[in-house]
Parts: sequence; structure tokens; C-alpha cells
Amino acid sequence: MSSPPVGPRPSILKRIMPQLLILGVALALNVAVFPEFFQIDFRNGRLFGNLIDVLNRGAPVALLCIGMTLVIATKGIDLSVGAVMAIAGAVAAAMVVEGHGWGTAVLAALAAGGLCGLWNGFLVAVLRIQPIVATLVLMVAGRGVAQLVTEGKILTFDNPGLIHLGAGTVAGVPTPILIWLALAALVTFGVRKTALGMLIEAIGINERSSRLAGINSRVLLICVYLVSGLCAALAGVIVAADIKGADANNAGLWLELDAILAVVIGGNSLLGGRFSIIASLIGALIIQSVNSVILLSGLPPEFNLVIKALLILGILVIQSPRIGNFIYLLRASGPQPQPEPPHSTQEEAAR
Amino acid sequence: MKDTPTHPMPVLHARGISKFFPGTIALDDVDLRLMPGEVHALLGENGAGKSTLIKCLTGAYRRDAGTLMLDGQDVAPGSTADSQLLGIGTVYQEVNLLPNLTVAENLYLGRQPMRRGFIARRRMNAQARDVLAGYGLDIDPAEPLTAYSVAIQQVVAIARAVEMSGKVLILDEPTASLDRDEVQLLFGVIRQVKARGLAVVFITHFLDQVFEISDRATVLRNGRVVGECLLRDVTQRDVVTMMLGRQLEAQVKTRDTGRPGKTLLDIKGLGKRGMIAPFSLTIREGEVVGLAGLLGSGRTETANLIFGAVPADHGQVLLRGREIGLRNPRDAVAHRFALCPEDRKIDGIVGDLSVRDNIILALQARQGWMRPIPRAKIEEIAQSYVRALDIRLASLDMPIRLLSGGNQQKALLARWLATNPDFLILDEPTRGIDVGAHAEIIALIEQLRADGMALLVASSELEELVAYSTRVIVLRDREQVSELTGDQITPDNIINAIATEDAA
Ligand SMILES: Nc1ncnc2c1ncn2[C@@H]1O[C@H](COP(=O)(O)OP(=O)(O)OP(=O)(O)O)[C@@H](O)[C@H]1O
Ligand SMILES: [Mg+2]
Repeated sequence: MSSPPVGPRPSILKRIMPQLLILGVALALNVAVFPEFFQIDFRNGRLFGNLIDVLNRGAPVALLCIGMTLVIATKGIDLSVGAVMAIAGAVAAAMVVEGHGWGTAVLAALAAGGLCGLWNGFLVAVLRIQPIVATLVLMVAGRGVAQLVTEGKILTFDNPGLIHLGAGTVAGVPTPILIWLALAALVTFGVRKTALGMLIEAIGINERSSRLAGINSRVLLICVYLVSGLCAALAGVIVAADIKGADANNAGLWLELDAILAVVIGGNSLLGGRFSIIASLIGALIIQSVNSVILLSGLPPEFNLVIKALLILGILVIQSPRIGNFIYLLRASGPQPQPEPPHSTQEEAAR
Repeated sequence: MKDTPTHPMPVLHARGISKFFPGTIALDDVDLRLMPGEVHALLGENGAGKSTLIKCLTGAYRRDAGTLMLDGQDVAPGSTADSQLLGIGTVYQEVNLLPNLTVAENLYLGRQPMRRGFIARRRMNAQARDVLAGYGLDIDPAEPLTAYSVAIQQVVAIARAVEMSGKVLILDEPTASLDRDEVQLLFGVIRQVKARGLAVVFITHFLDQVFEISDRATVLRNGRVVGECLLRDVTQRDVVTMMLGRQLEAQVKTRDTGRPGKTLLDIKGLGKRGMIAPFSLTIREGEVVGLAGLLGSGRTETANLIFGAVPADHGQVLLRGREIGLRNPRDAVAHRFALCPEDRKIDGIVGDLSVRDNIILALQARQGWMRPIPRAKIEEIAQSYVRALDIRLASLDMPIRLLSGGNQQKALLARWLATNPDFLILDEPTRGIDVGAHAEIIALIEQLRADGMALLVASSELEELVAYSTRVIVLRDREQVSELTGDQITPDNIINAIATEDAA
């Protein structure tokens, strides 16, 4: 060990390996309770199967976690996404009910979501309100706004174009799957092929230093909340289209928490900094697979939340730095140079 | 000091300490003996392994090999808390206090005086006030720590460590942000601690201070011990040669002021209420303006104001004769200004980003996010500065926070040099930099000046200021009090200008 080895090279596969493993376990559980889980049929011009369902039902959280990942990378959080979904769904529904085309309706919903995002961004970046409080405002008020739009009832519609976004297919694949895949690709490409990703990480890690290096942290912060708002709007449209109606009370309810969870399971730190959208998306799929296990196992629905909580707790425990340390120590008896355990020492030096 | 030269037993004896990091052998079979009543200097270049050795001793890092004996007994502190219980008090290089707590709370965290199950706040504050008075600090211990400067925070950290230490006191570059007077106060405390029979470990890059306060030194190079010596037997030159593994050429001071070029910057009555009195300053191309003054005299504030880090509330700045607005650092960077800040941890590094990203950060920020610097270009820039400034690292991919303190400082310098500025502000550019690199940085400043850059350099090291400044501005109490030029620039003149009360 006299010549120092070459330094560690970050690789995307290594980064998402833990998430892939957990996803594998979650899928295996699905197979255990329902052996035909992986079976996919092609009927009436559409793909059918439990795996397709996971991808399809996971669409709203997958969409939300794209924006949420960016927000969390800046050390922020967006609690309002569930409410923004309700607003966007309500706006889209109201537009088609008033006789506008589905394209106009979707654009209006996106505009509403974007406006919500800008509002959050304004509170956080300009007024410097803590993100958790700033977005709580819209989380609470947003459903009220959505109710004003729907005038307090469930606003149903039958516009085929709009419905297609939630329940239709393109070349046999359910449209929501294509939408979230496309958006994920677009955003990942957008942040990684430009310098945006690195600059966002920089402000999440040390905003003072970043500002002093000449980074426009205010505009970047507003942008990430804007993206989060737009993602939530798309999710809201899909959910409304799926049930052919806008339900201001229940659309997207609690989904902000699933989105945050997806980001965390994706191994992104809530303290901001380095992020991976792909890992968050796998996190979203893990959550949906857990939902699917519960559904397929046929347990009475009363158990759902408890089992989900237990499974998620298990996932987080496996990922915790303490456990990581423990595994590290188990392997550390060999003579080779060992990497530092993931967290521990730096933080402990601080005490 | 008790007269115990016959007492051969070390208080702390570390043997065969090794520590590996991915890509780096930080410590390789290192021995360290600390005798009671002795100040032991730990010397070495940036990245030699000094801080890592300290962290292995205190249990902040898990060592990969080696044994540790305290008073002849094997010990294995598993955490810094353990080592405190064993009587080892430590101030780490990157001071780690809790900024939101009060000064007194920071001082007594974990062992606050209690009364009926509650913290006896009044008693704690009174005790804190007494302790700090011993360091010549007259501050309100009930104020949050952030209300005070880095230097004062440093003193609080030292006071905390002294209170904790029963057997060994370890100080990792404690004087990096202190003035001469404060250093003397600290040395007074160290002498007291030493007289109580404790062993003191003192890490610094200031060799004068090493020879002033220390009895013995251990020198590290590339993670190995290259020697242990009694300082009364050796010269500074010997020590430097041991540290670098080569001789350092004597610095020939060439006050070749050249011919300063055109006026680059004309600052008129720039100031901010409560922060710094309005001042005027012209800076020409090919000129180094030094900023001297005690801590809190306004050096950093002046630098921040000119860079737009803090917006001024009056005055104007003319760049090549045209007025410019400096509302934030982004404006300044767009006008090709650069500021390498004083506090590298808070204002400089972006800890979790790679060294490579940290180096190109300012350049990328100036280009805007739409125009990412191509990968090959990034690699080339980063590589060239790593080579030019001799930054010691395992890989450009490693997070910058894992670099040694001095190497972080060099990486930050690289960040700003990479923007190829017209006007470069350096606030304490050599803080934490080793003797070899120190000479190189001074040479670099000379070179940049000769190439026509305008520089403003704030420093508390007078010899250094004298070496590179073409003019020195002296600040006192947040006001410019005098300006020295040409042959007037000597350490003594600067000290006089700082000290003379009536000049204001
Ligand atoms: N946690 C870590 N992970 C990887 N490498 C590390 C880590 N900590 C330190 N190193 C490396 O170990 C070497 C020794 O670093 P150390 O901080 O001990 O140097 P130092 O002698 O204190 O230098 P300085 O005078 O600059 O403070 C450096 O090359 C550094 O990059
Ligand atoms: Mg160090």
C-alpha cells in the first residue's frame, strides 16, 4: 500500500445502488404475495400488468419528487405541492367545463402552478422566510383556493383530450408514465447539461460562499420553487384527468409527504447539497411498490398505513449512517486502507 | 515550572499511529511523546498530517493502527467527549462552536453549573465573564457567539479547551486569526497551563511563535515523522529544511515598484453607517495596496464594501473613470473584481462540492448557468492551478472540506485566479499557509502586480505586507488613519501608525 491508490470516482450507478437494491427487495415482496406480478399483457391496444400499474400509479409522486429534489437540494422544502395539485386540477377542470380546449386548460393549470411556485420562491428568496413556514402558507390556503375555483363541489368533466392525459395510452403505454419519464429526462438534462445543477448544489451547501462567488442565489431559489410548482401542476392535471373530475379536498392529499419521502429514500440529504433526480424517482417507485404489496397482499385496508409506515421505517433504518458505520466496522478488520464511514467523524469532531 | 527534567515519563505517548483515507496515507507509523510541563510544537507543511494526528489522538478519527498511552496507561478514546473526560482539551483547526448559543453557553456546554436541576444562568455568566477577563476579553457572555468576530470566537474556543484540559491541551493553529497582542495574551495562558504541569501541543505555521513559546518540536512530512528536536538546539532554518525536505531560498526583497499604470479604481467617500467610515482610495493597475490595522479596525469591512458583499450606503466607485453600481458580489464579479475572503469556512469553501467545482465556481457564476464550461476546459483549469499552487489532494473529485486547511486556502485562491480578475482583493491570503507556500504566494502577488493587475491585500502579518505592498493604508477604529508609501513602508512605521492615538 505504498503507492497511494487513485482517488474515488463518483459514478451514478454506485450512487443509486442502495436504492436499486431496495427497489429490488420491494418488487420481490410483490412477487412473494402475488407470483404473477411481473406478467404483462397487451389487450385492447394497452399494456396491462401490476408492474405497469406501479409505474402508472406512481406518476403523481414521481412528478412531485422531481421538483422536490431540486428544492431540497437548496436546503429548502415545498410543503405546498399537494395543495398546488388540487389548484391545478381545479383550474384545468373549470376551463374545460367552461368550454375551452384541453390544451388551453393544461396551459392554464400550468400557469396556476407556476404562479404558486413563484409565490413560494418570493417568500423564500426575497422575504427570506424559512421554506417550511413559507410553503406551509400555501399548503393550508391552497385547498381553499381550489375550492373557490370548483365552487365547493367536485367538478366533473368529459373532455376526451384532458381525460386522455390521465387514463389514455400512447402506443399502448399509459400516458402518465410517458409524462413523468419525459419530464424527468427534461429536467435532469436541463440541470446536468447546464451549470444549473452545480450552482443549485452550491447554494444548498453554503449560500454565503456561493453568493460571494457571484452566484445569483435569489433567482436560482425562485427557479427551483417555480419548477416544483410546475411539476405539481402536471401531477394535479393527471390526477384530475384520471378520475374525470377535480376534487379540491382530496386531490393530492398528503402527497407532499410521499414526495419528500421519495427524495429521502433516494438518499438526498434534507440538509441540501448534492442531489440525484434519478435516485429520487427510484424512491418514488419504491413507495409505489410498497403500496402495491399492501394492495396485493389482500390485508384489510385498516392495516395499510401501519404497514407502510413499518416498511418505510425499515428502509430509512437501513440507510441510516449509524447502520452504515456498523457495517463498515464489521468489514474494517482487514488490513486494507478503509474509506471513512459515510458520516460520523466530521460531525463528531464538532462536539 | 516544576523542575522535573529527571522525570522521563511522557504524559501522552502515541506510538505507531497510522491513518488512511481513500487515496491518501495521512499518517504512517507516527510517534509523538508529550512531556509534562512542556510546550510541544507540531510542525509540517500543509497536508503533512498535523490535524489528522490530533484527531486520531482525541478520538475524533478512528485510527487505523497505533497505541496511545496516557500517564503510562493504555487508553482508547472513542470520541472527543471521551478524550475530554481523560483530560485532553482540544481546539480544532476549524473552530467548532455553536454560533446560536451564547458565549457562556459555548464555554460551559455539557457541564453548565446547575442549581436545583436548572442551569444556573447568572452564575454561569459571571464565571464566564471572569474566565474571559483572564484572556483580556471584556465582552458580554450572555450575547450570542455570532455577535463577535472570528478572533474572539477563537479565544472562546481556547478558553473552553483550557477549562477542559487536565493533562493535555491541544491547539491546532490557534493564532491564525489573532493579532500580536492577542497572541501574547494566549502565550501568557499557555505559560500558566504549562506551569501547572500540563503538556501543550501547539500547531502553527509561524516559526517565530514556535521558537518563542515551545520547548520541543516534532516535524511531520507526508504523514511521517522526520524528526523530534529540542528547539533550543536548532535554528529556524534547520526546522524549515526538515519540514520541506529542502532548503528555502532566502527571500530577496525586490522593491521593484515598477511603473504603476492607469488608474483602475477611484473610490470616493464609500462608507456604511455603523460599519466603516467613508473613505476614498484610488488604485492603479500594477499596484498592490496593503491594508493594515488591528483586528476589528475595519480591514475586512473595507474589502467587503468594495466588493459589494455589503452594500454601501454612501459614496461612489468609478471603474476606469465610469461610475459603477456595486449592489452585490455578482456586480463586482461581472466587473472582473475578485475577493478571496478571510473566513474560508463560512465565506469561502462550498464544503461538499468537489475541489474541481470549487475552483471553477466563480468563473462559472460569471459566465452564467446557460454556458457551462466544457469538461475538458474545467479539467485543464483545475489541473493547472493544482500544479501551480501545489495543492495536495487525492483527487479533484474529493469534497473540498476534506482538504487540509492550508490546501483549502490555496484552492480558494485558485477559484479567484481562475476568473482572471482586473482587481483582486485578498483578505488574509496566507492564513494557515505553510512557510514554503507562504513565500510562493508572496512571489505570486508580485507576479500578478508585475503583469498589471491591481490588488488590495489585507493582512495582519506586517512583514508580509511590507514585502509586497506598493502603498499601505492603515486603519484604526474603522477609519483610515494614514497612508505609507515607498521607503516609509516598514513594520515599525506600520506599528506606529496603528498605535498612535492622536493621529485620529
Ligand atoms: N476525512 C478525510 N478524507 C480524506 N482525506 C483527508 C481527510 N482528512 C484529511 N485528509 C487528507 O489527509 C492529509 C493530511 O491532512 P491534515 O489536515 O492532517 O493536514 P495538516 O498537516 O493539518 O495541514 P494544514 O497545515 O494545511 O492544516 C491531506 O492530504 C488531506 O487531504
Ligand atoms: Mg491542519
